[in-house]
Amino acid sequence: MADRKKKFLQGNEACVEGALYAGCKFFAGYPITPSTEVAEGLSVRLPKIGGKFIQMEDEIGGIAAAIGGSLAGLKSMTATSGPGFSLKQECLGYACLAEIPLVIVNVMRGGPSTGYPTGPSQSDIMQAKWGTHGDHPAISVTPAYVQEILTETVRAFNLAERFRTPVVVLYDEIVGHMREPITIPAPGDLEIIDRMRPDCKPEDYLPYDDKYEVAPLAPFGAGYRFHVTGLNHKQDGFPTNDSKQIGANNERIMAKIENHKEEIWKNDELMLDDAEVAVFTIGSTARSARFAVLEARKAGIKAGLIRPLTIWPFPDKAVRELAKRVKAIIVPELNLGQMILEVERVSGATCEVVGVNRVDGEPITPMQILDAIKKYK
Amino acid sequence: MSVPAEKKEKVSVPFDYNKYLRPNKLPHIWCPGCGHGIVLKAMLRAIDKTGFDKNDICVISGIGCSSRTPGYVDFNTMHTLHGRALSFATGVKFANPKLKVIVVTGDGDALAIGGNHFIHTCRRNIDLTVLVFTNATYGMTGGQYSPTTPMGSQATTSRYGSIEPPFDACEMAKASGASFVARGTAYHTLELEKTIHEAIMHKGTSVVDIIDACPTYFGRANKFKSATHMMEVIEKDNTVNVKQADKLPPEKLEGKFLRGVLHKIEKPEYCEQYESIVMEKAKAK
Ligand SMILES: Cc1ncc(C[n+]2csc(CCOP(=O)(O)OP(=O)(O)O)c2C)c(N)n1
Ligand code: SF4
Repeated sequence: MADRKKKFLQGNEACVEGALYAGCKFFAGYPITPSTEVAEGLSVRLPKIGGKFIQMEDEIGGIAAAIGGSLAGLKSMTATSGPGFSLKQECLGYACLAEIPLVIVNVMRGGPSTGYPTGPSQSDIMQAKWGTHGDHPAISVTPAYVQEILTETVRAFNLAERFRTPVVVLYDEIVGHMREPITIPAPGDLEIIDRMRPDCKPEDYLPYDDKYEVAPLAPFGAGYRFHVTGLNHKQDGFPTNDSKQIGANNERIMAKIENHKEEIWKNDELMLDDAEVAVFTIGSTARSARFAVLEARKAGIKAGLIRPLTIWPFPDKAVRELAKRVKAIIVPELNLGQMILEVERVSGATCEVVGVNRVDGEPITPMQILDAIKKYK
Repeated sequence: MSVPAEKKEKVSVPFDYNKYLRPNKLPHIWCPGCGHGIVLKAMLRAIDKTGFDKNDICVISGIGCSSRTPGYVDFNTMHTLHGRALSFATGVKFANPKLKVIVVTGDGDALAIGGNHFIHTCRRNIDLTVLVFTNATYGMTGGQYSPTTPMGSQATTSRYGSIEPPFDACEMAKASGASFVARGTAYHTLELEKTIHEAIMHKGTSVVDIIDACPTYFGRANKFKSATHMMEVIEKDNTVNVKQADKLPPEKLEGKFLRGVLHKIEKPEYCEQYESIVMEKAKAK
């Protein structure tokens, strides 16, 4: 029988396990609460397996080095929180345009600014999509349980490698620091995806070959001498001023995600089939929501829960369909209203959309959500 | 016509720049008279002398006129973000220490926005060669003052003369821990080629501060007659080779920059330290 260890781990420690399971061999970052345990864990574990760990001088250096590590052929990751995530944004855009696979963990804390370093928050949801300048593709996964941090970190690496793009693992401080019993999957339990490598002759290699949706990526030093730039570029990777090529490439990097949303989306649903009021939320807030929905059912209210594990690209199809059959969608979030903007956009006027918000550094309680549900009795 | 055998050997083969250039990416963006092209030439000749395989060489830059260099050279090349070249390069080198990584950066790129990465790269003594193209201005954005602009100089953002004291990249590199620190100029091309070669062959962080000229902005704003005039005043008359410096009286050295290898020591290199200490201890534990 396969060896599946049971462990009692903190969310951030589960992230380390997920990264290693996925084949991460390179980490560069800068300490910041509440994500630091990810770096600490990898600083111990990576050198044991021949992997590289480096603490850089700041978060910008952290993500830049991780992009360099990825281009040299290693599955790479960086981890941070709030202020550090802000600092990483320029490099995140670089990875989007240069199409370098990368995983960025952002354990959300209270903001703005230094805010409430040890307090939970979900206020980087929009930053994960819109934080870097310019139009760009965005993938973010949003685990809510310690076990899920492990599996979603693996999925983040898979998506990054599959689509040659940075992927953000987004969870709040509560889930990051919570301890739960989890099972470490055995080799083979979870699918592992590695980036496609070229098999053509070096002289025929185009790092942005548009005959592919996602072109193969050669590691530096493997005989394919190519150019990488953050300037708009042609299929050969060299900068261009040609508006046709600039437009085509910008649209292609969006389309490679947009055309595969079905593959990237992942929702967890609870009693939605006959629901008249639905709760839409992520992370620790979804844990409260689950409790609230079960309580509401006990009180005879037809409530249900939709919990996206992929927040970007936004699960518009699921929300649109849901909006057609419920009276209201309640959107609890630890911010002053970010996801709700997307829910409103997608549902139009087909149902009521109600926010439940909190930014005082305390979690949203099941009772708060239950109160909102009860209005639709 | 037949050439006697012993003479034949002395016939020098012209340097084949095309071996290292990407000819179809030319012409380059640099202005006539810009020093960056001369530095590129010295860099290619120095690389050739190392005998390294092109597939093992990475040239990584930030943003600026100087940082356009990687696009023109046939190696593994990366044009990154303003100020961040050293961090990207650290990632590449650390992930695959077999690669020879050369960073090409401007004085603004390396010492202003990238100053912190510069200091910490030197401190780690990771095996990178850093070529700083010091033209005392921000060429790419149109001639604003940079961290090496001499006090009193004109720039598009110092119309009343710069009041900021400039950095000395070599002093900073040495103080930060780089194990090889040198200076060259675009005027002294053969010397520069030798210095860059020595820098690449050195194990550890090797920094070469290369004084070159931006005639378009710094030159015009400060009333230099021509690009060659700039080279004579700034690169030739204002520098002294470190080997001659000992023989000169102090007053002759005042305000002048020393050229040549200024600091060279043996010191543990970062990637080797990681392998021999961190990895070994981690595996034993
Ligand atoms: C984050 C960021 N800030 C500012 C710029 C604008 N910028 C581009 S190049 C440059 C200065 C370049 O000067 P230097 O590094 O000295 O190189 P040179 O052009 O003189 O060779 C600046 C400020 C930028 N590209 N990115
Ligand atoms: S602006 Fe100055 S630094 Fe830039 S290419 Fe022209 S001369 Fe060179």
